[in-house]
Amino acid sequence: MSRVVLVTGVSRHLGSRMAAVLSNDPGIEKVIGVDIVLPREGIGGAEFVRADIRNPIIAKVIAAAGVDTVVHMGVLSTPVQAGGRVSMKEINVIGTMQLLAACQKSPGISRLIVKSTSSIYGAGPKDPAMFTEDTEPRSQPRSGWAKDSVEVESYVRGFARRRPDVAVTTFRFANFLGPKVDTPMAAYFGLPVVPTVLGHDARLQFIHEDDGLDVIRRAALEDHPGTFNVAGDGVIMLSQAVRLAGKSALPVPTPMVGVVGGWFRRAGLADFSPEQIKFLTYGRGLDTSRLRERMGVVPTYTTHDAFVEFVHERGLDSALPKHRAEAIERGIAHALGSSTLSEARLSARLRKEAPGRA
Amino acid sequence: MPDATVIPIGGEDGARKAASRAARSAGATGPRAKRATARPEPEVVAYDEVESDAAHDVDGAPQRLDATLADWLDFMRRRITGDYVVDDFGFDEELTDRVFMAPLRPLYEKWFRVETRGIENVPSHGGALVVANHSGTIALDAVMTQVALHDHHPAHRNLRMLGANLVFQTPFMGEVARKSGHTLACNPDAERLLSTGEIVGVWPEGFKGIGKPYTERYKLQRFGRGGFVATALRTKTPIIPCAVVGAEEIYPIIGNAKTLARLFNLPYFPITPTFPWLGPFGFVPLPSKWIIEFGEPIMTDHYPEGAADDPMLVFNITDQVRETIQQTLYRLLVQRRSVFR
Repeated sequence: MSRVVLVTGVSRHLGSRMAAVLSNDPGIEKVIGVDIVLPREGIGGAEFVRADIRNPIIAKVIAAAGVDTVVHMGVLSTPVQAGGRVSMKEINVIGTMQLLAACQKSPGISRLIVKSTSSIYGAGPKDPAMFTEDTEPRSQPRSGWAKDSVEVESYVRGFARRRPDVAVTTFRFANFLGPKVDTPMAAYFGLPVVPTVLGHDARLQFIHEDDGLDVIRRAALEDHPGTFNVAGDGVIMLSQAVRLAGKSALPVPTPMVGVVGGWFRRAGLADFSPEQIKFLTYGRGLDTSRLRERMGVVPTYTTHDAFVEFVHERGLDSALPKHRAEAIERGIAHALGSSTLSEARLSARLRKEAPGRA
Repeated sequence: MPDATVIPIGGEDGARKAASRAARSAGATGPRAKRATARPEPEVVAYDEVESDAAHDVDGAPQRLDATLADWLDFMRRRITGDYVVDDFGFDEELTDRVFMAPLRPLYEKWFRVETRGIENVPSHGGALVVANHSGTIALDAVMTQVALHDHHPAHRNLRMLGANLVFQTPFMGEVARKSGHTLACNPDAERLLSTGEIVGVWPEGFKGIGKPYTERYKLQRFGRGGFVATALRTKTPIIPCAVVGAEEIYPIIGNAKTLARLFNLPYFPITPTFPWLGPFGFVPLPSKWIIEFGEPIMTDHYPEGAADDPMLVFNITDQVRETIQQTLYRLLVQRRSVFR
């Protein structure tokens, strides 16, 4: 069966890479990338069509190319990308509504894949440690990308009800990381000092972009209806991530968080939305057992590995590389006058590695 | 290995002990053992045993110190570079063991002189739900139970507590609680922990138990809605009733400043004989003598599927657990000589 895939949001990194990956797949005949601005990166063998998903023209694109699979990656995460919150909201919500309206009118559509976000769960002290897809969020997000995504998902559910013949897949991704991913999280760890919330340490989860794109590709090639959490295995603590990135944390007391966030925003360094601040306070964990059981997917990068890889690719680990830390450790030991330290340490390590022999 | 080296360890007394040990190891029969018992002769006793002990004591001490130092430096380096692992709940086992538990151990051993009974009732493998009475104004009874299970259980079990959301929204307290492996008291988290084979601790009395006045001591308060029983039934894990004696007396609540409690958004604001009158000294707990007793497990695996949805059964088991703890408390109180010894 020949497949024609339409990918929205190809002007940005993940969208263009998705279009390129799909165009290289032998199971797909043609890939059409749609956006209002030209892609900044190559989109492989995909065709680019300059169109606005907020405009009914998108229906004509779908009909003319005989599209049967739509991959919706056009939801923006920061107002910077859209040039303001108002147009961001319009692109995210009105754009999705128009796209879904066009899909509903196109009888040829058989699959719809939506890239959503785990931020729709919100973050708060009353939440369970791990969210399953069915967990009712206790603190619904009230602004920004997260709120847009909640609305997008509700329109997608409405579409799935009206077109039961279409396999609708919604992925709730943890924060994407990768060499070129440009997300608020990636920008956050690029700051010279990383502001954190005093007295709180959030649990973070990440998904490497290769794993994330692979999950979407699978859903574009076979039917996997439903909603799936997607995250790398395990969690890391925010404090741990800051240390892995070789940065210094700047703990800010809770009443000051808004003010300090404002400074960073005005300085153009990072954008702290209220939702992101809550996330950095309480953290969030995703239960990905549905992804494993129903789709048979296990992300190749764990959360820890994805972060370490990100740190390495961005060259952030030059601050305190492992071997230098070990050299410092030896230096301290010598300064403390411990002559047999290296042997003692070796034996301590060996003991730890083979506890049965001790 | 030259034989018959005289190694004086602790003088006459040590030699005699070594001799009797040798005698015991030889089964206390045979002429040699008899002679050793009758006339302590360091040359004759099982020297290899003594030798290995002595080697440890004589030149083992600096080496051990070195190893400890190396271990701590290694730990510090891994902390600074972020080279450690936490579980899905944010539990940092190494940090808990090395840092958080360090000040609790002297409190456990020296201050409260905790006596732990029935620790063998806590399984070495698999999940179990420890249900205990709650008292003492601040949750020291919970952390002492955690120390008991970690340091005094043969399998060094970690107790994963279920706490109120107030704990997790309070700065620092929430952070430490997460890193010590505790989580919010809600069904999904409890089930997740129990089904992955962890020991979960619950204090169903909650704030009603911990913040009750001194006159109500050792009287169990309402036991929640039995949510813990439903969770145990669903995961088919045993319930271990646990009675803690001694925690009631550490900060005796003689009054509750309700206006202040409302002001700080707290469930109660305790007035004790020392707090807030003595300022920071009011935080020093009274050194009562503690007994923590783990009772016989109440098995839940023989109930049919869907038993958790039978409210009558859930109430019955809740009452059974509550009664067991209450009776154990009465029994332990009778056995205790006084509050402080």
